Amino acid sequence: MKRFIVKRVAYAALSLFLLSLTIFLFVRLTGDPAVLLVEPGASKADLAAVHEQLGLDRPLWVQYGQFMSSLFRGDLGNSFYYRTPVLELYLSRLPYSLLLAAAAMAFSLLVGIPSGILAAVRVNRWWDSAGKIFALLGLSLPSFWVGLVMILFFSVYLGWLPSSGSGTVLHVIMPAFALGWYFAAAHMRLTRSSMLEVLGSEYVKLARLKGLPEALVISKHAFKNALIPVLTLAGINLVIMVNVAVVVETVFAWPGVGRLLYEGIAFRDFPVVQATVLLGGAMIVVVNFFVDILYAVIDPRIRYER
Amino acid sequence: MSALLEVSGLCTQYVSQRGSRVTRAVDEVSFTLETGRTLGIVGESGSGKTTLALTLMRLLPPAARIASGSVRFEGEELLTKPESLMRDIRGKRMAMILQDPMASLNPLFTVGDQIAETLRAHESTPRRQAWAKARDLLAAVNIAAPDRRVGEYPHELSGGMRQRVVGAIGISCGPRLLIADEPTTSLDVTIQAQYLKLLGDLQREHGLAMIFITHNLGIVARMCDQVAVMYAGRLVEAGPVRTIFNEPAHPYTRALIESIPKFGDAAERLTAIEGQPPDPAALPPGCAFHPRCPFVVDRCRAEAPPESQVAAQHRTRCWVATPAPAGALKG
Amino acid sequence: MNGSRAASLTVAWRFASLRVEGFPWIPALILSTIAFVAIFANVLAPYNPEIGTLGDRFRPPAWQAGGSDAHLLGTDHVGRDVLSRLIFGARVSMVVGFTAVIVAGIIGTVLGIVSGYLGGWVDQVIMRVTDTWLALPALTFAIFLAAVVGPSEMNIVIILGAVYWTRYARVIRGEVLSLRERDFVRLAIVAGCSKKTIMRRHILPNVLNSAIVLGTLMLGVVIVTEAALSFLGVGVPPPKPAWGLMLADGKKGLMAGYWWLTVLPGVCIMLMVLSANLLGDWLRVKLDPQLRQL
Repeated sequence: MKRFIVKRVAYAALSLFLLSLTIFLFVRLTGDPAVLLVEPGASKADLAAVHEQLGLDRPLWVQYGQFMSSLFRGDLGNSFYYRTPVLELYLSRLPYSLLLAAAAMAFSLLVGIPSGILAAVRVNRWWDSAGKIFALLGLSLPSFWVGLVMILFFSVYLGWLPSSGSGTVLHVIMPAFALGWYFAAAHMRLTRSSMLEVLGSEYVKLARLKGLPEALVISKHAFKNALIPVLTLAGINLVIMVNVAVVVETVFAWPGVGRLLYEGIAFRDFPVVQATVLLGGAMIVVVNFFVDILYAVIDPRIRYER
Repeated sequence: MSALLEVSGLCTQYVSQRGSRVTRAVDEVSFTLETGRTLGIVGESGSGKTTLALTLMRLLPPAARIASGSVRFEGEELLTKPESLMRDIRGKRMAMILQDPMASLNPLFTVGDQIAETLRAHESTPRRQAWAKARDLLAAVNIAAPDRRVGEYPHELSGGMRQRVVGAIGISCGPRLLIADEPTTSLDVTIQAQYLKLLGDLQREHGLAMIFITHNLGIVARMCDQVAVMYAGRLVEAGPVRTIFNEPAHPYTRALIESIPKFGDAAERLTAIEGQPPDPAALPPGCAFHPRCPFVVDRCRAEAPPESQVAAQHRTRCWVATPAPAGALKG
Repeated sequence: MNGSRAASLTVAWRFASLRVEGFPWIPALILSTIAFVAIFANVLAPYNPEIGTLGDRFRPPAWQAGGSDAHLLGTDHVGRDVLSRLIFGARVSMVVGFTAVIVAGIIGTVLGIVSGYLGGWVDQVIMRVTDTWLALPALTFAIFLAAVVGPSEMNIVIILGAVYWTRYARVIRGEVLSLRERDFVRLAIVAGCSKKTIMRRHILPNVLNSAIVLGTLMLGVVIVTEAALSFLGVGVPPPKPAWGLMLADGKKGLMAGYWWLTVLPGVCIMLMVLSANLLGDWLRVKLDPQLRQL
């Protein structure tokens, strides 16, 4: 088990390194980075000053070293617009995004897993068709459009729900649904196919041959095995949700990191953009790591691999 | 005294999704089995032997249906039993072990758990006792260090051990009948003999009746009292092992026995049976074996032969072996 | 060499012999209509999509009160005709969508073949990069790139290509790994063909199937991403009509109840994506059952 953890840590570290390198290279190699890293409307003198400060004439790997060392110090630059350190800004917004993602994830699992199981256990009935349509729409409709239509319906026409901001449970309902639908569909599809595979397995056959009650066969033998891939996906999806919530947060003016990214773009606040992307990616790597560990805890076979 | 298991006229069919094609997987199969005796069911793949076993356990896939026949176990008719009562029988009075032990055991639960759950489901044994009994069962199937093994996962055991665990699950509630579907096929040759010996010992100790499904005549010769030969879903020959091996009546049985290479055989080439087993969905008319039969006559192509007696305990379905089946008693 | 000819013939044959069983007629029809509209936009659209009459702002569709036949689907916040913008938007979506998919496909397939066939450190490097880029959500990455290089129609295509090639590379590499062991490849090696030749003439035709299926599946995703980018303001820049951009503009009138500016472009996006997905699903099952796990 220890060897497994060490391997995973090394892998995560490598991914983080590559991530920072990618972002760094893209900024440095496409045009003049100083333009990006300087406030809009800056003068030539300002540009020159930034050149100095960042050492843009030094060799690339030196610049990278500088970049990384400031990262490690927690210095991701300052926001032009808010005039505060970006890291601070990000961390203050993160809880909101996590809240939204948690709500959306809860929705997607509560809807996705049971309907996936139902679809698998009773194939070819009404549920299967209804579920298929739900899944198809969820995977095809852009989440921000769903959000916009919901606002039109529930805020403008019906006046039931608030169209923007945060604060009460009512505020979270629409964004969570808009964000979560896609993932509910993905989870449902995966649960269904995973369940079908498990139900056809030899060990389920033997469990039935042992004369175990069908409810026990499904809840004990089938369920746990079928759920493994789904939970793995869910764990990873949580962090992805935080990142792709950009548009939903923008539509609903939800004060999370997605909205922060949007503000960064709208106000040409590049340090914000760079940091948000970097931190978002880093979060994904870290969560992937923890999901791998969790996977090993649930499935004893994994611990002894390689 | 009636036999432990009486099967008569059993027909199981697979129906295609649109209901257009009906495949007769098990066709008019009849046999009986007494307490403590062993029946070997022999046939190539596709002959219907596994479907037969699953029919007896009433655990067929949704596409299959039992068309007709009767299965009486300990005097009770199984085919009309409601599912809840059938579940009481499965695993407790009738048990089955499958071919691939790695696939039959759930990788996420310990072997002890998987043995204990049968006990807890059928006999409402409390958890601690069930675990203790599981440990004892592991010892009974000759697994060393059972205290340690009971808490281990299937992937931590070797193939032979896993199959023993499956065997332990099978006998855990003291069944009267154990059906073994190709239990040694996935095992190494060196382990096979050990496993067969174990099954034999268990049988003697517990007075088990066994049905051994296999394509390996060597196993049949060693383990079984009676043998039934299946071809294309039908029972083409049945009788005591000695009789069948020494005086096979049906040409297919004869060919099977002849194809076993014998030590000291002077012949250079192995005798194989010409042709291929038929597609169960498209059986030839008349006797299903006729395209491959060296003794075929016209009647074989037209009419499927009924069961007839060759000798007191020896039945077969063949026009050539028993040209006049009139007035035969069932054995 | 025999293997590669047989392979390319197989590809062609596979297409020709596609049985029409279960063919998704409606999606195909929808996509063809959109393509048709895109090509003949100049002829079909009643107005110039980029210029509007300020006096005619926020007109509802013809069938609602306040609407007129002059603007069948209403006008937007600067008086531009919605129908015309939708029609020209089809062109943008089609062009950006298809081009991005092709660009991503080419890059991904080439890198997948190279990585899978050559193995060694080339493979390791490409795979590490792929894994890292795959870990980053496409939308975030695309936004980042758009912020760095600036939005324009051309840039968007490049950005989308740069973000999505990784999906191809992964799958293609997997296929190449198994293809490598096949006899006709071994024969080619023994016969002395250079690595480049083998990759080009033997491996490539055989992975085309997967690449095409992936392409159809990616089309929907790419279009949604492009719409999201335009909505956020880093996609196709105004005043060009892109459906995503129309949604962003539509938001301005949302609270006032001007529903047609939001619902109509979204319906168009939905139709296109749904059709692409359904077609892709059908292709996947038909062309190669092995790809079902995609």
